Amino acid sequence: MSIPIIYNIRSVRVRWVSTAVAVFGIAGVVSVFIAMLAMAQGFQATLVASGSPYNALIRRGGATSEMDSALTAEQIRIAADAPDVLRGKGRLPLVSPEVVVIVMLPIRNGQTNAMVALRGVSQRALDVRSVVKIAQGRFIKPGLAELVVGANVAHAYTNCELGGRPFFGGRQWHVVGVMDAQGSAFDSELWADAVLLQQTYKRPGNIFQSATIRLTSPEAFSDFTKSLTGDPRLTLQIDRERDYYEHQSQAVTTIIRVLGVSVALVMGVGAIFGALNTMYASVAARAREIATIRAIGFAEWSIIASFLIESLFISFIGGLVGCLGVIPLNGYSTSTINWQTFSNIAFAFEITPQLMCLGMLFALTMGLVGGLPPAIRAARMPVVTALREL
Amino acid sequence: MIIFKFFPLLIANLLRKKTRSALTMGSFAVALFLFSLLATINSSFNQGVEVAGADRLLVMNKTSLVQPLPVSYMERIQQIKGVKEVTYATWFGGIYKDEKNFFAQIVIDYKTFLQMYREFKVPSSQWRDFCSDREGAVVGKKLAQRFGWKIGDRIPIQGGIFPGHWEFNIRGIYSGTRNEDDETQFWLRYDYLDERRDLGKGTVGWYMIRVNNPDNTPTIAKAIEDQFANSPAEVKAESEKSFATGFVKQIGNVKGIMISVGSIVFFTLLLVTGSTMAMSVRERTGELAVLKTLGFSDRTVMALVLAESLLYALAGGLIGIILAKLYTFRGDPTNGFLPSFYLSPEKMCTGMLFALVAGISAGWIPAMLAMRMKIVEALRRI
Repeated sequence: MSIPIIYNIRSVRVRWVSTAVAVFGIAGVVSVFIAMLAMAQGFQATLVASGSPYNALIRRGGATSEMDSALTAEQIRIAADAPDVLRGKGRLPLVSPEVVVIVMLPIRNGQTNAMVALRGVSQRALDVRSVVKIAQGRFIKPGLAELVVGANVAHAYTNCELGGRPFFGGRQWHVVGVMDAQGSAFDSELWADAVLLQQTYKRPGNIFQSATIRLTSPEAFSDFTKSLTGDPRLTLQIDRERDYYEHQSQAVTTIIRVLGVSVALVMGVGAIFGALNTMYASVAARAREIATIRAIGFAEWSIIASFLIESLFISFIGGLVGCLGVIPLNGYSTSTINWQTFSNIAFAFEITPQLMCLGMLFALTMGLVGGLPPAIRAARMPVVTALREL
Repeated sequence: MIIFKFFPLLIANLLRKKTRSALTMGSFAVALFLFSLLATINSSFNQGVEVAGADRLLVMNKTSLVQPLPVSYMERIQQIKGVKEVTYATWFGGIYKDEKNFFAQIVIDYKTFLQMYREFKVPSSQWRDFCSDREGAVVGKKLAQRFGWKIGDRIPIQGGIFPGHWEFNIRGIYSGTRNEDDETQFWLRYDYLDERRDLGKGTVGWYMIRVNNPDNTPTIAKAIEDQFANSPAEVKAESEKSFATGFVKQIGNVKGIMISVGSIVFFTLLLVTGSTMAMSVRERTGELAVLKTLGFSDRTVMALVLAESLLYALAGGLIGIILAKLYTFRGDPTNGFLPSFYLSPEKMCTGMLFALVAGISAGWIPAMLAMRMKIVEALRRI
């Protein structure tokens, strides 16, 4: 059970320049790897946070998103009367029939416009969505050209701050409130009165795009679905709100993950080359020392183990540096267009402990692959010739 | 030439430590492969900007691209001074078998579409077939390859924006004239869509306009916007390029990400190869001193070390770029989300330039060490 670990740790210290190079190489790869995954993670988390486990979202059967869905007021009323729907004040079902329009808004400090989701809601929207709170001002009043805007919208677009008066759809609007949607997709939306929105954009008054329905419990979903699918008057797409939003994040997260991970993997191969080079060189430079250790009586496998530990130690430090280096990026907020809904969504990089573990695992894999061949070469070195060499 | 004279010596040096030479070259190859990959991704995000016609204007609903415009605007736009040609199109947004099989389905006006997009070529007999079949479709070369479609195939599409089950007959396959052109679109006929849909009859997604003189684009855009001011569907007109640029900006700072990842890679590469070169110079201290004793000048010794580093860089870089080029032939890795995945010769040249710079910077310090080395001190060491 004897492994000359002290020897390896000391030689890492003595050859600190080449050690530092290997450490930085691995750190760079790990930080890029984590940053890319954190971006995908953050985007997904933003959308998933938008859905509540208590809520179901209904659309026209076959519609891929709210954007291409249409529901009649009659269909929504039937769904709202299902037994598993939670009822609020005055025994009225907690249902929010909604329309979505994409509007172009000018970005602050920029010449370009961005596509932003404008959601037409009823007075009940806040009761259905517990994630959204009014942080400043008040909620919209029915029939008035008023808006409440998400926290991100308020600072990202011109005239959208509290009290601002943006102009679109041939109408001057008044921002009367700012929502705090706790980092979910609603922070990137504007809400207005659904009926007014239908009039503004010349849409039929009894057609909505989706309805979000609050259920009595998260478990009631399957009963709720069952009671509606049996109804011949309805052809609906019924999803848990959370699943719906998670689905909306898939295209963007897939792109980020595929591109990000393939870049990180290629970088990883490069870092392994670097690590191999460093370790081979350090093995060659230490031929006599290794032979001496062997001559003292350490076995071949002790040498292998000791060199592996050395390279794992280097990659561990590299992984640690990479993880620490990428932490400042956590919470850094940026925005992208969600191709599945044609609207801009702000999200923040989210570095989770799992991602860091994944990064460390990646680092150690690089250390293992980059350290094993040199370790074997070190162990195979013929003792006598190595000792005879100058 | 001095380089040819010492070439055998350089090669002998490379071959002495084969593993190390291979690994150093490998590092360069990986770095340049990555550079090419990043450049390709970046240009595929910018594809819309690169292929945008300088004389084309996009007219869409002022609210957003998602809001439709009446098809009747066509004639009114045509009468505006400076407008040469007009066509319109609509986003179909259907699904072929599974949502993962994403590709752009564009509803076109077959009478005017090809004149507008002269970069797309369709054999004229195929185009005639398309014009005489209401359920016809013309698909991009790459799209046809991706799903193994042939002319005559009947393609089922599940409607998204326009509900229902749709089927189209492939009547033609188009190809782009430039390498960056999007060959992944699926064109179908507007008259067929308008006949079958219940909602939104007589509306289109956007208009594309060719102007007589690209210099007048701003005035013409203004004239078009004014024409429809205060109507139920007000419009926004902008050059195709500025629309595409705005769209890329909305995706996010792709370029910034690419540049930061690229710099990390470049910096790491310099560290790794620089230290390898320094290591090999240190090991060869004795030899270099012997060379100097034999009468090699300081500069020649420096040049030899530098040349060795350059050789690694150029050979490795070339391998990396060629591999990257081969990789791009496999097509878009994200399954249809990137309209083109093409590594241009210019980008490859830029890559080689980077390799050159990296080779010189990595070899610089070791080369200076070798040049300043004092023979007596070097030979005194073991």
